Amino acid sequence: MSRVMVVGVARYLGARLARLLSEDPKVDRVIGVDVLPPPSADLGAIDFVEADITTSAINKAIARSRPDVVVHMNILATRADAGGRVPQKEINVIGTMQLLAACQRSDTVRKLVVKSSTAVYGASPSAPALFAEDMAQNAMARSGYEKDASEVEAYVRGFTRRRPDVDVTILRFVNVLGPAIRTVLSEYFVLPVVPVVFGRDPRFQLVHEEDCLDALKLATVESRPGIFNVAGDGFLVLSQALARAGRLPMPLPTLGSPIVRGLMRRAGIADMDSVQTRFLTHGRGVDTSRMREQLMFVPRFSTVDAFDAFVEARARGGILDRERVAAVDQVLRSVCGLDGRQAGLDVIE
Amino acid sequence: MTSLIDMLGDEMAGRAERFLGFARRRLTGDFTVDSFGFDAELTENVLLPALRPLYRNWFRVEVRGIDNVPADGAALIVANHSGTVPVDSLMTQLAVHDEHPASRHLRALGATLVFQLPVVSDLARKSGSTLACNEDVEKLLAGGELVGVWPEGFKGVGKPYSERYQLQRFGRGGFVAAALRSGAPIVPCSIVGAEEIYPMIANADFLARLLRLPYIPITPTFPWLGPAGLVPLPSKWIIEFGEPIETENYGDGAADDPMVVFDLTDRVRDTIQQTLHTLVEERGNPFI
Repeated sequence: MSRVMVVGVARYLGARLARLLSEDPKVDRVIGVDVLPPPSADLGAIDFVEADITTSAINKAIARSRPDVVVHMNILATRADAGGRVPQKEINVIGTMQLLAACQRSDTVRKLVVKSSTAVYGASPSAPALFAEDMAQNAMARSGYEKDASEVEAYVRGFTRRRPDVDVTILRFVNVLGPAIRTVLSEYFVLPVVPVVFGRDPRFQLVHEEDCLDALKLATVESRPGIFNVAGDGFLVLSQALARAGRLPMPLPTLGSPIVRGLMRRAGIADMDSVQTRFLTHGRGVDTSRMREQLMFVPRFSTVDAFDAFVEARARGGILDRERVAAVDQVLRSVCGLDGRQAGLDVIE
Repeated sequence: MTSLIDMLGDEMAGRAERFLGFARRRLTGDFTVDSFGFDAELTENVLLPALRPLYRNWFRVEVRGIDNVPADGAALIVANHSGTVPVDSLMTQLAVHDEHPASRHLRALGATLVFQLPVVSDLARKSGSTLACNEDVEKLLAGGELVGVWPEGFKGVGKPYSERYQLQRFGRGGFVAAALRSGAPIVPCSIVGAEEIYPMIANADFLARLLRLPYIPITPTFPWLGPAGLVPLPSKWIIEFGEPIETENYGDGAADDPMVVFDLTDRVRDTIQQTLHTLVEERGNPFI
């Protein structure tokens, strides 16, 4: 029986998690905190508390609502979400410090769940193919969000030392994608022609939005302290993802130049910063064995499933759409007189 | 109605069939890469076939002792490195795939520079290479893969022609520690022929430092002949795989015992050095 506070409830995943938890029999009460109320008014049985986590207002909110579990979902991946790099850093770093200070004060909080990101590992040519959870410290070249996420985790580690009685779970998610969520990556893949870095084909993993919520819920409801990478099975490379979405790649020497960034901004895609362009140059892989063995979480969707679910909902009808390719293939087969053969082979097998 | 297929015959039909299937899988992204970025279908159908003429007709690679490469399970192939441009690792990959009855893929370990360069980094990952770091080697070996390492690194590839077939330092023995940790056998591999493809007579040191490259070669043909200088000389190659050295019986903690690691490193190095001397002598004229 517990009272759960979800910090960052105005955003898509925060609002969905709060709803999901409010429907769980193990949770008595869900308190949602954010600077604005969630856009869709149907909060169900959630108590909304308006508080800015970059101020001591969060301390009052925690003192008043006396939660047992605090879920920190207020770490923003893009500066566009916050309205610039300065407020982004303010919300991520100062917000976390204020929240942790309040949790440290509280005599009710016994569990803290932090939604972090695999961005803490950075993306570089000298990165190992798969990052395990204990390899974040020696990761390279951090700036922007990568640096924020690492600093946030450093403060959380400090908190763990000062309050050893509180269970702390840090979930490092790979990019979240699915039919509904809007992220820099989702907006990138709906461009009709997608700028890519020439001569690079980054590998990446995805986690489906439903799996992301399930993992957060599991960490909130059960006791699974520790740091865990969370990703769906398998990998995609960028060219393969674009092919699956029927998108044409436009190779450019770099995505980091002001011209390219300006063009992408004008094309309506969220502002990319160096963290995203580095990710789209070098890619990243994380090891998920700890997720299976210790968090005991099994994602329902693989990386490819998550991407296909996104394509089905948002990116059909591209120039190289699957159906068009299949139609051309069919035409070529009948021109060559191959159309009967495929069926014949199948029968033999 | 006579279709195109009846005129071309069955073999062509099969080829067209395979090509269309391949093209469609590529255009719809219907293939898989492993966690290191290895794309087996692309490697078998495009990358290795592109290298085959060089392997068969230009360098006329002769492979010896392929039976020393295990048919399944993890193993670490350790080879000498030379030739200014690391073509030897590509040829070894092809030798293992084409000559071994199990057609195994050799997962080569590359330097950071490989993964810094556009195109090169992409092709390296697609063909199964990964960064030469302990984490990756151990993951590959734990997964039962055949891993190839060239421990001399740039000291080996970028050495002057006058020092040909003289092994450089074998790194810090990291590869031996990795093999000990996973109990995988070490297969010493000696490559003769790569030294002569781009004989490096000097190094444009200043320019190299300016461009942050380990070296910029000056060969009898490069840069004097322009792009024609990029054509490797047609040397005769011999790749010999030696007897595997077992690492299973060293016991726990051997990987952290520097003495064991140094001894084993020297043993592998000496084996390759001696085989190189024998092979060079046997081959005689490097270009016939």
